[in-house]
Amino acid sequence: MATNTQIPVADRRVPVIAPGHTFSTITEKISNIVLSRPVSLGWIFGFLIVFSMMNVLMMALGYLFIKGTGIWGINIPIGWGFAIVNFVWWIGIGHAGTLISAILCLLRQTWRNSINRFAEAMTLFAVACAGIFPLAHTGRPWLAYWLFPYPNTMRYWPNFRSPLVWDVFAVSTYFTISLVFWFVGLIPDLATLRDRTENVWVQRIYGLLAMGWRGSARHWHRYETAYLLLAGLATPLVLSVHTVVSFDFAVGIVPGWHTTIFPPYFVAGAIYSGFAMVLCLAIPIRAIYGLQDFITMRHLENAAKVMLATGLIVAYGYGMEAFMGWYSGSPFDSFLLWNRLHGPYRLSYMALLGCNILIPQVLWLKKFRVSTGWLWIISFVVLVGMWLERFIIVVVSLSRDFLNSSFGMYYPTKWDWMTFAGTIGMFLTAMWLFVRILPMISIFELRTLLPESHVHEATEVKQ
Amino acid sequence: MSDFSSSGPVYGLMAEFDSAQELVAAAHKTHEAGYQKIDAYSPFPIEGLAEAIGFHKNNVPLVVLIGGIIGGLSAYALQYWVAVITYPVNVGGRPFHSWPSFIIVTFELTILFGGLSSAIGMLALNGLPMPYHPVFNVPEFAKASENKFFLVVFSSDPKYDAARTRSFLSGLAPRMIAEVPS
Repeated sequence: MATNTQIPVADRRVPVIAPGHTFSTITEKISNIVLSRPVSLGWIFGFLIVFSMMNVLMMALGYLFIKGTGIWGINIPIGWGFAIVNFVWWIGIGHAGTLISAILCLLRQTWRNSINRFAEAMTLFAVACAGIFPLAHTGRPWLAYWLFPYPNTMRYWPNFRSPLVWDVFAVSTYFTISLVFWFVGLIPDLATLRDRTENVWVQRIYGLLAMGWRGSARHWHRYETAYLLLAGLATPLVLSVHTVVSFDFAVGIVPGWHTTIFPPYFVAGAIYSGFAMVLCLAIPIRAIYGLQDFITMRHLENAAKVMLATGLIVAYGYGMEAFMGWYSGSPFDSFLLWNRLHGPYRLSYMALLGCNILIPQVLWLKKFRVSTGWLWIISFVVLVGMWLERFIIVVVSLSRDFLNSSFGMYYPTKWDWMTFAGTIGMFLTAMWLFVRILPMISIFELRTLLPESHVHEATEVKQ
Repeated sequence: MSDFSSSGPVYGLMAEFDSAQELVAAAHKTHEAGYQKIDAYSPFPIEGLAEAIGFHKNNVPLVVLIGGIIGGLSAYALQYWVAVITYPVNVGGRPFHSWPSFIIVTFELTILFGGLSSAIGMLALNGLPMPYHPVFNVPEFAKASENKFFLVVFSSDPKYDAARTRSFLSGLAPRMIAEVPS
């Protein structure tokens, strides 16, 4: 990353890093959260809550493994239910992390440097939560490795023409590359923690993970190349993942699924919900850990603008679905539209329109974009709205397709809800631990935001 | 070599600087003075520093290119072999070699292999993981991951001479100079 060309231009906007910071103060402030900040009662109390929620997931999955998917509300015609709704929702949330870390890196948006680390962590945890659902939904998750092509005594191979097999490759690649990207970004900061801690065991653990990183100029040179290439590879990857997820639907012939607009509309929706999750996490974290100097209003406002823009793309998607319902002239497609507006699930469709289209429009007003309270509420509303969108796509489309004789309703059971709530618990448990054991903001990338890190500019000033 | 050093073998001489600008300037001067085996250490990537010590081109892009090509080719070959040769399944009379359906897995594995080779290639070319390295023997070096900048002339450099190199380095006005025990 050529760093000397990308200093934020002096303007009237809030800076990406508060004035008065030096290399030491940045290092100290972020690493002390991990190394010396005492564990507060609030953290323990919160951890107990989210950890209990995670155990709800363990119970729900344990019972599922004993009884099978019959404990869920799924049945024909709605065979997908919560499992796929939640899968798509969680995968979508992950997308913002990769967008921030990879796409904004390629676009040289330096404001990303303060939020990419925890957004990437969010991606990993969200994809881990997402992965649980299709595995559990297979019914016999202990045989899930059958999805991968490997020589076996049954002499069978996966069908590579199936979007479900594409999904296996897309999601597992996405998880692996996100993990690699995140870890590569962590190496220099792990070295910082190794050098700063006084506890010998903590030093050994961070030292092991830092792998002997010493900040050599040759290493940095290769490191930056590798990081940039990873960003360049992750950018098409993130766009492909939700595209492939949308193929799970779009390749089917069910009305409401079989449309060409799905890939871009899914990707936009993914980024929409992902940024909502970033804001939902960043706003409390920056307040609790006093990181307002690094995650400034500028970051929150930019995230709000991305939400607004992707929200409008999603709105366009809804509009186009409705338009095609009429324009296609297909009675099944127009029935789909009628069914969404007047059918048994009309309330969720109305709530969807309210949450995803109507309410976020207040983000046009600066007043809402610079108020952390409002931003948090709107982000939460968007998360609910995007979950409803997946519910509408999966459940409502399946509930009434071509023949009246195969119409049906879907009622989630308590096990469905427990699994869903449990993954939220698992996600939050992972976040809870992450903020205390790893630097949640990239320390070395923040250092490059300081003017003293830019050699050429500084020498020019001297002359 | 280090004929009158304190004790034991010496890895090199280390000079500490306060700012990125000083380090880049010092690295330039040291390289121009004819020292070949030198290295600079900083808490963040500095543009032009690698060039200043005479390191211009790295092979990470080549590794990634090869990794990506292997990933893509092997993915396509696997799918072709499965779908056409070893396990052909007639799906609605479509051709066995239905290449458009194979593009996605090919793409994903290109990214996967490319990405993994980028990370593993970078670490391998950097010689990491490395559990022990002499520069860490200098206590001040702990600040290299925080706010200080270091330049090391290795004792393996043909021009290295404990006394003359030390006086050359002190001409660059560093904060301190330390001998790095091997």
